[in-house]
Amino acid sequence: MNDTLANTEKKTAYILTLPAVLLVFSIILFPIFANIWISFKEVELKDIRIPEPRAKKIVKSISDEPTKIKILYKLRNSSLIQEIRDVSFQDNFPKNFEIENLDPRCSYEKYNLKCEFGNWPAKYRENFQVIFETNDGSKIDKKNLKSIKPKLDGKSDNILLNTNFTLKNFKKVLFENEFVDLLLTTFYYTFFGTVGSIIFGILTAQMVNQKFYGRTFMRSVLLFPYVAPVVALAYTWELLLDPNSGTLNSLLLNYQIIETPINLLGQKYIEISILGFDFKLRLALTTVIMFEIWRYFPLAFLFILARLQAIPKELYEAADVDGASPFQKFFNITLPQITAVISILFMIRFIWNFNKFEDVFLLTGGASGTRTLPINVYQQGFAISDIGMGSAVSIVIVVLLLMFMFFYFKLLGKRVDEN
Amino acid sequence: MRTKNTILFSLISTFFLIFLISIWKILATLQGLSINSLNIEIIFIFGFLISLAHLLIGDRIKSIYKSIIFSSIFVFCDGYLIQKLPIWYNVGVFLILYFFTNKISKYTFIGLKEEHSTQIILFDFLTLFGILFFSFVILFPFYMMLITSFKTQIALLVNPLDFSINFGQDIKDLFKSYFVIFKSYKFGKYIVTSTIVSVGTVIITLLFAIPAAYAVARLNFFGKTFLSTSILIIYMFPAIVLVIPLYTIFSQLGLRNSIEGLLIVYTATTLPVAIYMLQGYFKSIPKELEEAAILDKLSWFGIITKIIIPLSIPAISSVALYVFMIAWNEFLFSLMFLDNPNSFTLSRAIQYLSGDAETPRQYLMAGSVVVTLPVLFIFVYFEKYLVSGLTAGSVKG
Repeated sequence: MNDTLANTEKKTAYILTLPAVLLVFSIILFPIFANIWISFKEVELKDIRIPEPRAKKIVKSISDEPTKIKILYKLRNSSLIQEIRDVSFQDNFPKNFEIENLDPRCSYEKYNLKCEFGNWPAKYRENFQVIFETNDGSKIDKKNLKSIKPKLDGKSDNILLNTNFTLKNFKKVLFENEFVDLLLTTFYYTFFGTVGSIIFGILTAQMVNQKFYGRTFMRSVLLFPYVAPVVALAYTWELLLDPNSGTLNSLLLNYQIIETPINLLGQKYIEISILGFDFKLRLALTTVIMFEIWRYFPLAFLFILARLQAIPKELYEAADVDGASPFQKFFNITLPQITAVISILFMIRFIWNFNKFEDVFLLTGGASGTRTLPINVYQQGFAISDIGMGSAVSIVIVVLLLMFMFFYFKLLGKRVDEN
Repeated sequence: MRTKNTILFSLISTFFLIFLISIWKILATLQGLSINSLNIEIIFIFGFLISLAHLLIGDRIKSIYKSIIFSSIFVFCDGYLIQKLPIWYNVGVFLILYFFTNKISKYTFIGLKEEHSTQIILFDFLTLFGILFFSFVILFPFYMMLITSFKTQIALLVNPLDFSINFGQDIKDLFKSYFVIFKSYKFGKYIVTSTIVSVGTVIITLLFAIPAAYAVARLNFFGKTFLSTSILIIYMFPAIVLVIPLYTIFSQLGLRNSIEGLLIVYTATTLPVAIYMLQGYFKSIPKELEEAAILDKLSWFGIITKIIIPLSIPAISSVALYVFMIAWNEFLFSLMFLDNPNSFTLSRAIQYLSGDAETPRQYLMAGSVVVTLPVLFIFVYFEKYLVSGLTAGSVKG
């Protein structure tokens, strides 16, 4: 009795989870493995279209002979690079049609025209023509004839499915493609973006944790950048920072703080001298990082605020009795209480900023020294149309990501053990 | 000690005043006033003197009169002697000064003698500063987005600092950018597509996620722990590594440029977090209710629809709103999968607009307003639900 109950429970569970599991596996897990496969292949964007044999049917009446009709098929191979093998052709005709001149490749039986065209090389084109005559002398309905579509079939190699593998993509990614620079840019972007958003998160959470008028409103406002669509925000920032008539540059010029406009998103380096030392700051990258901080600090804020509100008030009261200063309270009570949240936030944000694509893509498109790894996936795969290379870069990302996750779960596991 | 604290207090409060006045000046400049200098030095001297005078006078004068006197002197000097500016600007300055003098009125010489007084002052002013600073930094781009959408190309180029809107003009001229994007750029269609995709994603995700979450929360089966941990790990995989294989597969299946393709991908990417959020909530529902239902011979379908769903409306709303937001804001997949303008979503349409350098910026901003407003509206209206969704879904974003 118990056994059958457990069995039905199991069955129910599988039925309930199956749709979700299947979908997630086919759309998320399968592509990750497909990536590995593609990354070892030489595939370009144009290769992934499956070549098709196509035929355009043109019906022409022959003057003076109403019982005869000429049908022209414009045949072609849709692919510019691949051949199609064993092309077969089929078309049906009304029951009173007799063929006049039969092509040797074809047969006409039971008002059905069948042809075997053999192999079509890439870019193949042919005008194939047949003439019919009705055997009962009736008139020909051209429209009806045109509405019957011929069927074509053929075999072709799918570049994606053959077993030619190459290491070329990985060689190119790791040795030719300024890989070190790419990696460094990505790490700058990720690290400073993460640290910045956490610092701003701490500041704002500390701020909203005080009592003041309009506090709930402030809390909503602080989340705006995170919930608004990235497309809208990125273009607004682009206009704001535009060197020619952007608001920021105009304001700075107006107050005579700068003399010439600064192209914050289009200039790779800017020279800054502090205390006689000349620095070269990566300007566009810094701006992009600022945008990232602006957009993602709300998340850190949300987490840290939740944690701050859970700190027992007694701790602060006890500190007040001991005569602790606000800074002492912050560094000795608040900060230790939120370190756990901060470290988890750091790991999560680090992983996510590492994979961030939209923000940089929309702001600079990866120009002026802001090319990160995810941007490179897009550029290789779609701008240069080298799908194999794009996949190889994706694989590099996945490998790095797995390394981060390994550390993350190790740290998380340690934390669980401690508690 | 007293002098040091006095000077520190005056400095801190003065910097706060400079910040307040500067923001006001920036906003005034953006209304078309020609203010060519922030006059930081003069405000610094005034602010310092006001803070000092405030301490020296103490409570010999009622603080209300004190505030009014200080504010009037400042307005007279700044707005009349140094630069002649319109009345509304000076009223603003007066209100700022009134607010400022009110804020400093609680500090006295006696208070300054107390332990940690400078730190307390610094903390107080930093909080005030933070509130204003973050409000400004966050709201300004939104403000700019909205204003730009109401301007004309020429006005924007002639004086990029003029944010004032002429409300006297015809409604048709005022909303011209909106009329244009709806008429010539088919934004009405994109709104419909975006809505269908987002709402569709929410419905399908819930249909798939509720049963799965129920199974994970309540039933015992082989592979359960594996499933619940792999859900989270899968969720951590970023869209950018899925893009190329999905692009190739969708190209070969003819799913590109179709709403179905987007629905499949969006559902798959939001399912893990939906299951994760829902199963946590389902676990908190008392088991006794279901046991009674089992005695009544309800099937699992009955249990889910008659007991679980009615009891978890808050969690389901959170998930629904969160998924809606993700689907509405999504950009990467819509960029990759859609290249036929007939099947664009709003985000993709705006990106397409910006690709043409000829597109006037007010159209771009009008489009941005159109795509932003629904999300912000939903967020403000359902904040409670969405915040819990954001927190749970925060591993991604």
